Amino acid sequence: MGLFILRRFGVMLLTALCLTFVVFFLTNLYPNLEKLAKTQGNQRMSDEQVQTWLDNRGYSDPLLTKYGRWLGVMPGFTKTLNDGQFVGTCVRPGQTPEETPRFCGIVQGDWGYSTRFKADVDEIIWKRLGNTLYLMMWVMILMVPSALLVGVLAGMREGSRTDRSLSTFSILSTATPEYVSGVIFIAVFTSSTVGLKWFKGTATQAMEQPTFENFFLPVLTIALYGMGYIARMTRASMTEVMTAQYIRTARLKGVSFPNIVIKHALRNALIAPFTVIMLQFPWLLNGVVIVESLFNYKGFGWVLVEAAGNNDIQLLLAVSVVSVFVVLITQLISDIGYVYLNPRIRIS
Amino acid sequence: MEPLGTFEIIIRVLYQLSSVWIALLLLFALSIAFKRRLGLYGKLFDSPIGMIGFGLVMFWVFVGIFGAMDLIITHDPLSQVSGMKNKVPGTPLAGAGEGDYAWYLLGGDNLARDVFSRVVKGAWIVVQIAPLATLFAFMVGITLGLPAGYYGGRLDTFLSFLANLILAFPVILLFYLLVTPEIVATGLPTMMAIVLFMFPIIFLGVLLNSRYRTQPAFRTPLLIGVLGFALWLYLALISENGYLVRSIPGLPSVLDPFDIPGGILVVFVSVVFVNSPTVFRIVRGLAMDIKTRDYVAAAQTRGEGPWYIMLWEILPNARGPLIVDFCLRIGYTTILLGTLGFFGLGLPPESPDWGSTINEGRKLLSIYLHPALPPALALLSLVLGLNLLADGLREESLKD
Repeated sequence: MGLFILRRFGVMLLTALCLTFVVFFLTNLYPNLEKLAKTQGNQRMSDEQVQTWLDNRGYSDPLLTKYGRWLGVMPGFTKTLNDGQFVGTCVRPGQTPEETPRFCGIVQGDWGYSTRFKADVDEIIWKRLGNTLYLMMWVMILMVPSALLVGVLAGMREGSRTDRSLSTFSILSTATPEYVSGVIFIAVFTSSTVGLKWFKGTATQAMEQPTFENFFLPVLTIALYGMGYIARMTRASMTEVMTAQYIRTARLKGVSFPNIVIKHALRNALIAPFTVIMLQFPWLLNGVVIVESLFNYKGFGWVLVEAAGNNDIQLLLAVSVVSVFVVLITQLISDIGYVYLNPRIRIS
Repeated sequence: MEPLGTFEIIIRVLYQLSSVWIALLLLFALSIAFKRRLGLYGKLFDSPIGMIGFGLVMFWVFVGIFGAMDLIITHDPLSQVSGMKNKVPGTPLAGAGEGDYAWYLLGGDNLARDVFSRVVKGAWIVVQIAPLATLFAFMVGITLGLPAGYYGGRLDTFLSFLANLILAFPVILLFYLLVTPEIVATGLPTMMAIVLFMFPIIFLGVLLNSRYRTQPAFRTPLLIGVLGFALWLYLALISENGYLVRSIPGLPSVLDPFDIPGGILVVFVSVVFVNSPTVFRIVRGLAMDIKTRDYVAAAQTRGEGPWYIMLWEILPNARGPLIVDFCLRIGYTTILLGTLGFFGLGLPPESPDWGSTINEGRKLLSIYLHPALPPALALLSLVLGLNLLADGLREESLKD
């Protein structure tokens, strides 16, 4: 088991390295750098001015050198411009040459400086990630129990009317992406002209003081899309368990139906959904980006959109590192949890 | 002219769609009449869920096709009519001339364009791109997944690592990195298209070659014909103004019947790119399962080549789950296209596709509902139809 986890961590590191390199490559393509130069300098720069701006800040160096600097295995780029301004990859505004560290990268724990927000990247990421984690927590609290309940109720008696109606509900919810359900919810529950006016259409205030009124709709929107899939998986695994021999034996012994479901079927039926729930995290990340832009909630997804829209290289790299690790760690947990829950499976 | 009431709007919309109803009726009547002779497709008409799903899907397919033939739309989806900004459904057209349709059936959007016509035109974009992109993703996934599952070993490890690499990317981040005007300017999407579009040709070539290898007299002309046509399509798809990439000459412009705008190409390529690793994993899993069967062993004993076994023994026996996944994946691709439109990536801003229309409509959503709701419901019903269709197919294919 230890060796398995160790090897998985190795693969994870390799994956993260490859992915950050891809992101690095894409963000460092010339048109992207040109856009960066123009948004940081001014919009009417000529081609030569763009080139000097990039040369002066080390953006024109070979790709591997720049990647090495970001990792912290190559010394940072520094230069004193003609007008006495001191610039470089490790230099924060206002720093003198003496204060600037020689290396600044991931290895040194320095995530860089955001050109969009004019602040340290790790500060931004932590603050915004907090908002998103809070959102995710409520999504999980809403989504997982209700999805399991729907799935178990539907799978308990295959082909019954409850099964038909709950299965239709889960198909409907998997067919509704967040931007569709979000729009429909806003139209039905918040519109100021027609509709019910039960909730608020934006979650901007929810960042400081979340209430049921301004926070429920974003949570519901994300939860609904994932719910259907988990419910369908739970239903499939529940119907399979309900046809197993030991359930028939229990019935013949005269155990009551609720007891069969709760004591005999449920535990075995919940192994498969566990994996599915864990693998839902990467999808939730997508939902988070959509819902955060739809409800104007400034979290991790909002940072992603802002960073990508402004080609903020270091922020974008940090965002991709975080999201890649979320994906890989949930995969790892789902593998380990699967072995733990199902003693029939051995890794070695 | 009086504004239309709700009932009248519904009647007029239904009337406007009459060509679609006729086509649907014909299709269903013919299919049900001959369903015993149509294999899996015919069996679909035994399951009510499958029929509803198929009906929904074909509804949008016909709307898309007839919409592209200008049979349904009442106004030009791009033209703006002054005085019609954000007007509610059923508003009479301001300053209607002779021959103009007299109402905006589903109202006007915030740029005073007809919502109804835009939704209909948006269906054509989805109906064009989603199935084709899914098909390409399947070609890539099958061509790489079969050998990975069949041979296993290093090849499998390497390809699986690559697939997991792409899957570890959050889709939206990938879209934000790939589908931007700056990336289109670098020519990267064309490069990716050159690589990705090669797979269908390889697939076709290997498929036919492995089957007719023993009859060279038949195989050689067949291969030349099919591959020649495929290559011409390939070059026509990729080359622009007679060039593949800026300096490499491709097809001369005379033989190049269509040019794909960079925006559409990048959307298409990135959707294929995102979908193919998942298909790869499914095909690989199926291949690993099926290669232990007796009929594969029999073919190996007969001395058939590995590609014959993969494509003519394993693949046909994996078709059930693959067809079901194909339907689900078209739905997922539709959702992805909507996501791209929602974030304003790729397609031009005035494009009538559903995602962009939802994105535009949501800005004024608390005051005007009608521009955003029709495309949202359209997308919902199409994806729902595809999911129901997949369910029906799964049920029917499990029966035999």
